[in-house]
This record gives sequence, C-alpha cells and structure tokens, in this order.
Amino acid sequence: MSDAVSVLGGAAFSGAIEVADAGLCGMVTLRGDLSDPKLAAAVKSAVGLTMPAARGIKEGTKGAVAWMSPDELLLMVPHETADACVARLDKALAGSHFLAVNVSDARAVFTLTGAGCREVLAKGAPVDLSAAGLPIGEIRRTRLGQIAVAFWAGSETEMRVICFRSVGAHVYSWLCNAAQKGTLPGFL
Amino acid sequence: MSTRLANQGRVIDRSKALDFTFNGKRFKGFQGDTLASALLANGQTLVGRSFKYHRPRGIIAAGPEEPNALVGLGKDGKFEPNQRVTTTELFKGLTSTSQNHWPSLEFDVGAVNKMMSRFFPAGFYYKTFMFPRFAWKHVFEPIVRGAAGLGRVPTHRDADAYEYFYAHVDVLVVGGGIAGLAAAKQAGLAGAKVLLIEQTANWGGRGVVDGVEIDGKAADDWVSETVRELEAMENVTLRNRMMGAGVYDHGYALGYEQLSDHAPELGGPRHRLWRIRCKRIVTATGAIERPLSFAGNDIPGVMLAGAVRDYAVNFGVSVGDRTVVVTNNDDAYRTAIALVNAGLTVPAIIDARPVADGELPEMARRMGIRVETGKAIGKVIGNKKVQSVSLCVQAGEGASLEEIKCDAVAMSGGWSPVVHLWSHCGGKLNWDAANGMFRPDADRPPTGADGVGFVVVAGTANGHLQAGAALADAHAAGRRAAKEAGHKLGPNVASVATSEGENPMLPVWSMPQGASKKLRMKTWLDFQNDVKVSDVRLAAQEGYESVEHTKRYTTLGMASDQGKLSNINGLAVLADALNSEIPQVGTTTFRPPYHPISFGAIAGEARGELFKPIRKSPIHDWIADNGGFWEPVADWRRPYCFQRDGETVKGAVTREILNTRQNVGLLDASTLGKIIVRGPDAGKFLDMLYTNMMSNLKIGKCRYGLMCTENGFLSDDGVVARLSDDTFLCHTTSGGSDRIHAWMEEWLQTEWWDWKVYTANVTEQYAQIGVVGPKARQVLEAMGGMDLSAEALPFMGFVDGEIAGIKARAYRISFSGELSYEIAVPASQGLAFWNAALEAGVDLGIQPYGTEALHVMRAEKGFIMIGDETDGTVIPQDLNLGWAISKKKTDFLGKRAQLRSFMQNEDRKQLVGLLTEDPQTVLPDAAHAVEGPKRANGMQNIIGHVTSTYYSPTLGHSIAMALIKGGSRRMGEVLSFPVAEGKVIRATVVDPVFLDKEGARQNV
Repeated sequence: MSDAVSVLGGAAFSGAIEVADAGLCGMVTLRGDLSDPKLAAAVKSAVGLTMPAARGIKEGTKGAVAWMSPDELLLMVPHETADACVARLDKALAGSHFLAVNVSDARAVFTLTGAGCREVLAKGAPVDLSAAGLPIGEIRRTRLGQIAVAFWAGSETEMRVICFRSVGAHVYSWLCNAAQKGTLPGFL
Repeated sequence: MSTRLANQGRVIDRSKALDFTFNGKRFKGFQGDTLASALLANGQTLVGRSFKYHRPRGIIAAGPEEPNALVGLGKDGKFEPNQRVTTTELFKGLTSTSQNHWPSLEFDVGAVNKMMSRFFPAGFYYKTFMFPRFAWKHVFEPIVRGAAGLGRVPTHRDADAYEYFYAHVDVLVVGGGIAGLAAAKQAGLAGAKVLLIEQTANWGGRGVVDGVEIDGKAADDWVSETVRELEAMENVTLRNRMMGAGVYDHGYALGYEQLSDHAPELGGPRHRLWRIRCKRIVTATGAIERPLSFAGNDIPGVMLAGAVRDYAVNFGVSVGDRTVVVTNNDDAYRTAIALVNAGLTVPAIIDARPVADGELPEMARRMGIRVETGKAIGKVIGNKKVQSVSLCVQAGEGASLEEIKCDAVAMSGGWSPVVHLWSHCGGKLNWDAANGMFRPDADRPPTGADGVGFVVVAGTANGHLQAGAALADAHAAGRRAAKEAGHKLGPNVASVATSEGENPMLPVWSMPQGASKKLRMKTWLDFQNDVKVSDVRLAAQEGYESVEHTKRYTTLGMASDQGKLSNINGLAVLADALNSEIPQVGTTTFRPPYHPISFGAIAGEARGELFKPIRKSPIHDWIADNGGFWEPVADWRRPYCFQRDGETVKGAVTREILNTRQNVGLLDASTLGKIIVRGPDAGKFLDMLYTNMMSNLKIGKCRYGLMCTENGFLSDDGVVARLSDDTFLCHTTSGGSDRIHAWMEEWLQTEWWDWKVYTANVTEQYAQIGVVGPKARQVLEAMGGMDLSAEALPFMGFVDGEIAGIKARAYRISFSGELSYEIAVPASQGLAFWNAALEAGVDLGIQPYGTEALHVMRAEKGFIMIGDETDGTVIPQDLNLGWAISKKKTDFLGKRAQLRSFMQNEDRKQLVGLLTEDPQTVLPDAAHAVEGPKRANGMQNIIGHVTSTYYSPTLGHSIAMALIKGGSRRMGEVLSFPVAEGKVIRATVVDPVFLDKEGARQNV
C-alpha cells in the first residue's frame, strides 16, 4: 500500500493560518437506523464511541464518528483499517438493513491550524462559524465557495475540512487564497 | 470660486498633505478629504459633462447621491470608471480623469447637443427607433453612441483581489449617524450580537455637522463617547467604510466593505462583500436633500445646501465667496449661518415661503443676513460657473426683480428619508404631505418567514427630520430590534438630543410657481441623465401615466445615482402634469444595491483558477504532463486525445484508435458514476429504475441498463454489477453520477420511503481504468495477481482480487467492441495502477487513448452515447434498444409513458447508420436531412439530423448516426444533407453497427 497517495501528497501552506493536506484518512459511510441499539453497539465496537447527536461529531483514540443525516454516519479510522472496519460492521450488523462502505479514497481532508480558521471558512461557507454557532463537537455539512464540504473544529485553533477527492485541488487553492496573510476580517 | 478655508474642517488632518492629479493637473489635498472636497479646495468646480447634452457640470452633493461628479480613477489594472468624487477618499498619488467630453473638459464639441436639445426630447431613443427603420442603425446610433456613454471601459484585467464574508448576527444596524449609534447601543446593552456599519470613514453623520446637542454635550463628543462604549462591548462590532447595499428575504443583507480604496498601499482584498444573516435589521440611513427646480439649477456652483455646509464644517472648504441660499424650509438657514460664521458672504437667503419666522430665520436676520420671503430664483446666470441669480416672486412667472451677484447657490427643497433599504424587500411607504416626502409605514414592513417585519427603521430615515425626535426614535428602534431578536431589555435610559426648532416647510416643485416653458427647458430634474421638467411634462402629455413608464421613457432616475436626487421632484412634476396627487402617482421600485458596488466584489474570489471548480481524476496530473488535450466532460476534464510532439489532434486520435484495435489502449474511465444500492428491496428498486430486469442478475455478473424519466425519455445508461444478494453497483455516465444519485434518493425518500434500500455514491472512491484491445489480457497477466482468462472471467462478468499488488475489481465489459477490461482500484492507488499497466504493456505497444478515440470506437460498434443520441425527447425504442425494455415487468419508470400513442408512432425519428457517398466526406455534426420539393422560401421538409459523425480509421470510411423520421423503414435509402454554401452531402441509410456485428473481436 506504499503507493497510495492523498490528493495533494501532503501539500502545506502557511499564511494567516496553516493549511495542509491531512493525508490519507480512513472513512466509512454507515447508513442505517440510528436509533437501533445494535447499530450503536456496532459503532462503539468499530471506533469506541457512542452515538453522536444530530449534527454532532465525537472523536476518540480509535477514531471518530460524525452525524451526517438522520440515517447516515461517517466513521473515521486510520486509512489502512477502513476495509477492516467495514468488515467488522458487516459482521456486527448482519441481519439488519444497513449499508457500510469504504469511502476513504473518495475524499480529501485538510487541516487548518491557527486562530483564524473560523474566519477563513466564513469567507466561503454560509453558516454561522462563531464559536456559539459551530461549537466544538459539532460538524457542518455545507459548501465552501462553490464546493460541497463538511467541517468541524477539534479545538479553537484546529479545524478539519472534508471534500470530494476530485475537487481537492480546487478546495486547497481556495483555502490558500482565503488564508492569505492580512486578510482576516477580525469579526469572529 | 471654491477654496480651502483657513480654519474649520473637523475630519481633515492639515498636517498630512496628499498630492493627487485631476486630468493631469497636480493638486494638493489633506488626509481625510474626499476627492470632492479636495477638488473644491483647489478651485476645480467644473468636473464633468452630462450624459446627453454634455452640459458642464460641477459637484452638487457631498455623499452617494451625487449625480454629476463621476471620474475615472487609477490606471491600467487599477482603473475604474464612474467613481463618485463625493464617496472617494483622497489618498497620496490618486489619479483621476473627468469623463464624457471631447476633446477636453473645458471645451467640449458634444455640448453642441445642448443647442440641439429641442431635437433630443424625452423618448428620443424610442422615437428614432420608429422611423425610418434603417436610420437608427446606420445614422442615429453611430452618432449618439459615439457622443454618449459614461466612462471608459477598463482595458486591463482588474489587478485587485476581492472576497466574501458570511456573518451571522442578531441585529444589523445600517448607518453610523447619531440614530444608528443610539440604536446599536440599545441593542448592544440588551445583549444582542450587533453589527453596526457606516458607509463613510467617519461616525456621527449630519448630527455633528448641524450643531446638535446631546445630553448637554456637543454631538461630536457624544459620538466619540458612544463609539468608545460600543467598541468596549464584546457583543458589538463596528465597521466603517461599509455600506448596507441591499436587504433581501428573511433577514439577509449585503454589506459592501471598502478595505483599501482609501489606502491602496494596504494590500489585501480591496472590497469585501459581507453576506449577513440577522434576526433584525435597523436602517438608520438618514435623509437626502432635494434640489429645487429652477432654471439653470445644473450650472457648476449650484449645490445642495446641506452639502455646502458639509464642505465648510467637515472639510474646511468654501464653495464660493458669495453664496446665495435658496430654500423652502428652515434647515437651509443653517448653511447661511455656517457660511457667515466661517467669514463668508451670503448676499441673500431666498425663501419661497411667504413667512419665515422660525428660530433659525430669526437667528439669520439677527446676524444681518438679508432674507427674502415669498421669493424665488428666476434663473441662474452663468455657463461653466455661476455669475448671478435673478430674484423673482415665487408666485409669479419669473420676471426678474433684481440680479444678485454670487459665485455659488446653496439650494434646499427639503429632505427625503433614505427609504431604500426599507423598501428593497417590500417595506411600504406613506406620503407625508406636510414634509413633502415618502416615509416608511411601520404597519407594512418587509416581513420574514414568520410574517413579522424584520426591518426596523430609525431616526431621520423614519421621517423624523429633527434631532430630538430622531434620537428618541432610534433609541426605541434599537430596543425593539433587540427584544424581537429574543433579548431581555434593561432599564430604559435614553439620550436626549436638542436642536433649533424648525417651522414647517413649503412643498415647492417648480420655481417660480408659474415658470414659463422656456425656463422649464433649463430646469433640471435628473442631472446625470439630462432630464428636465419639460421632458417629464412632455411624457405626461404623450400619455405616459405610469411612473414606471415615464421613468423609462424619459430615463429619469435611470442613471448611476438611481434618482436619489431626482425621484421625488420628478414624481411631483409628473403628478402635477397629470393633475393627480403624488401618492397616487407612486414611486418607482427601489432595488439593491443602494449605491453601485464593484463587479469585483460581486465576483469575490471566483476568478482565475478559482472561477470554476474542475473535477480531476486520480490520473489527471499524469494526463496533463503527457500531452493530454483536454475537453470538458460535465465538471471533469478528460483528455480528448494524447498529442505527441509534432502530431495533430486528428493524427493523435487516428493513432490511438488503430493502436487500440491492433494492440492495446489504456483509458482513464474514473469519471464514470458508481453508485452502491443495497438492501432487501434493492432488486425491486432497480427493476423500477431501469427499463430492463435487474433483480434476476446473477452475483458476479454485469448487465447494461437504461434509465428513463417518468415521461419515458432516456435519461442515463450504464452497466450494473451485482456484488451480493442484496448489493448492486450501478455505473452511470460521467455527467450523470450526481444527478442519478439524487434521482434514486428522490424516489426512495418521496415515493418508496418504505422500501428497504440504501444508496451511496462511491464514484470517487475508485480509479477505473480501461485496458482495451486484443492484447489487453496479456498486459493484465504481465501485471500479475489474477486469473483473467476467458474461462475465469467471461464477457459481462467481474471478479475481485489483486492486480500488481493493488486491490482490484476487474469488470469484463466493452464499449469499443474489443477485448476489454475495466479495472476499479482505490483512487489513492489509481496512478500507481496506471503506471504499472503502462510499464507492463511497453512491449505490447500499449498507449493511452482519449475520449475521441473512445467515441469513434463506440460509434463503429453502433453504441449510443447519452447526450449525443439522446436529447431529452428520445425513448429507447427510437434507438433500436427495444431489446433492453422488459416485457415481463409490470412497471418501471417510463413504462406507462412509452405506451402513449405518440411514443408508439412508427414515424418517430429512429436511429440509423449513415455511410456517405464519398467515404472521405464527414458529415457535420447535427446536419439536417431533408426531403420533398423546395417550397417558395427555399426550404424542404426536415426529416431528421445527424447525432454522431466521425471518420473511422478502422473502416477507412466516414460513419455517422442520425435520428431520421421512420428511419428503420428506410434502409438503403439515400438521404440529402444540405450543408454550407449550397453543398449537399448524400449518404445511404445503413445499420448503425458498422464493425464486427457478430461480436467476434470481444469474444476471445
């Protein structure tokens, strides 16, 4: 697997904040009945976390789980374990109606670091990016400029942005442009 | 002549001199000046020419309402035409040029239009359109266009950067005058998240110029104190140089922030367009003074009284040594008093009202200023500058009583609240006859999703023209906005403003009252567009009763100032001419933006490489580095072909086709849509979506399927693979992946919500690479890892395994008619697989091929392409795809529609193949086939059109497909395709499968 590459091969930019290709991240889409205890147990066994609330994201040592819609979760695990994660979910949920699928390579992930992350994203996402509007522990599915993205704040100085791999280069350029030194509005 | 005063100028810093140029002349201004105040300080009263008559024009206002003083700013990539000098802050090295004149501002040939003005009446453009028809295009338009037009189009790419910013607040307050500050403070004290924006660089607005006292302090001090208090509040943000440009549905507003227009050396984005969501919007936008309608009111030196005061107090600029004030209200007396206090002369205040005995007139009289009541200006005498005015009786026709020498005229026809933002989203207005103005009707606000008003208007903008009432109103507005945004109010402690009392104004729409036609022809309403009182009267006379029609007919209010000065005066003249009342005539519609904003701000960051997102496959960069000649395919870029050094595009395509048919080709098919469909009802679901049966597909097998809309028309096609008992993978066209996924979800969520099916779009999870040609199997065998023999993987099957150490799913499907595999690998290893295949195939002659080779090869086999052979009106039966339509299924999307008589008609256009008589002649795309006799107009019956057409290097013959009326009954017929220059191409109708009908090539 040494020849697997992320969309921008780890590119990084430093401006008003730091923008970096986060490398390959394992991601599994899980669709099913989120109120089913069996599904909650499967999630717990896969990433060691309990079910997130609507719009919520939980991060732990084994991975993360994000609420994507009323019947969809996104599980995040190390890239090389995504297939194993799907297999584990398939086993745990056998007999139920669900869908678990590895989507790791369909995505690009960027890490934003610095105090201005929220303002960089607020240049292109029509959602409330204030600390009250997007508290730590919540994820937003929205758009950035012209592109569908999801993002969340892990802390007040670190955020992650997920988009489709095919537009990864565009989103990276967009982020670098929005993160030019001296361009943050100082509003948030 | 205008000049800089020795004292005054509260916003300028005399220690910081700034050089700038106007039409190449070097001038000096101060930090804090606008370009307008700096030009006036240098005696430059003539600044431009009007649009239609090229009349000499000077600065008339001090804010965004300025109609005349537009200039071109900057050079090259920084050049911008039509910039208002009154809203342009001066900076070091500013270069400006006046507009709309030739050869020079001082001497303009076009001014001859002025003498021709009787031939350029209202509706001139419309009238010249009428007769004779040719004359407009060949005679009038070239002359008029040559002479007219504001500003020059920039010749360089915009060198600056722009951006958006999305902000969410409880209360947005627009306007940083005393009303806006008071409202923001109240909302802030209640705990609301407040954004207060002010279009200029300075806080305080008119209140500080007009000597208002607040809480016993000078307004200036109260403003500084309040700004400091607001800055200290964590929940309040203040932004100056930011205009409220528009108000839209559901508490949405646009803010236009000018970051570096005043200081280009700052770098960074020049403008930032704020897209603001808020619960309540407080508009504290103040008022705009109206001109008076007297003859010669457009001559440079005639200005609004409030502006004259602004220039003196704010910028220390006198607009003239001797300024006549002409008014219908008390407020203009403040200008006379301010000028005399500045040591200047006011020869007379001409007041149209019979009596003026208010506090301010009395003060003026005590200061020894001559006050003439019941009088009017008959006309202004002068050409490029004011020389004198003739005094007459307001009640009369303009007979001169006396000529008063002066070099400036300060006029005031009363004030109109700035109701634009209130009105943008549907706020209604009432006519206030006493003050001659429209003011917001609090009972008919613009409403949000809950049916409740979301705009609260405050202060002067709400029609409270005196400081005390305005401040009280703003205080209440701020509290109301905070409360309605869900915040608890604290104690009600209001600041109190006091100013001199004012007596009622007298609406004066014509000066003098009975002005003769000759005077009316010199009386301007819309200065920028040269609309005069006589033009509006003519429009009324010609039957234009609706204000919206009159606006377009006369162009009143259609200039770049959007009628800020002309609107009410024009309405009044129209009402008078129609013998109607102003409220009955009504206003034109207020539309955003309030004041022009830059195109750059609207475009934001979406320019250059960020203009249009391009989807890139995992192989994209390799393709770019290896001669890929791109074509857009949906949002993707795919290589049309791979050009080698010295090779033509056509040559590359031919090479790629022949090599693939003889050796082996490599295709990046990653863009194909891939959707997982899973669940106990997945088979049933796909049976509904596809025209053919999918539920009986065996695990490990593939089937080509068609999808139709519920109207029966072909929408998408692709290969479906059954991964397990309850899981399918549906391939879609490259452009169809998102659309088909949404289509699936729509049916599942709205109609078949009780079916147990989940879908996931995994298009980008895989790089999909076609290995195509007689030597395809040898390449894959050389890569190693899987048994891909004919026995292990027969046609239309797939297997999972590993190739070259990469996890892979190999589909044996063919869109070329050759032995063909499509290998799906994880996208992160797509490039690795691609390179491994190229390496393994070196000795076998492997070459990548592009989309054109793909297209030609599929056409040779008679395979259809969604979007070529289909156009939204084609059903599968038209394309001879009846075999893919299940007769067994009771239902599928489109089935019922396809049973309609029109769909069953044998004369529908049907797909046929075409062979041209001359094998080297390639039919043009979309060429039409005709038949029957020529009609009088030279046309024949059109019976169909070409859908795909290529030169086939495999066959050495041009081939085409076409949709032809009753085509399947026309085999062997020779059809005519008239093309350019009277040429007709003849082609024989044949079966559309041109190559290897029995499928021997792929069956190996």
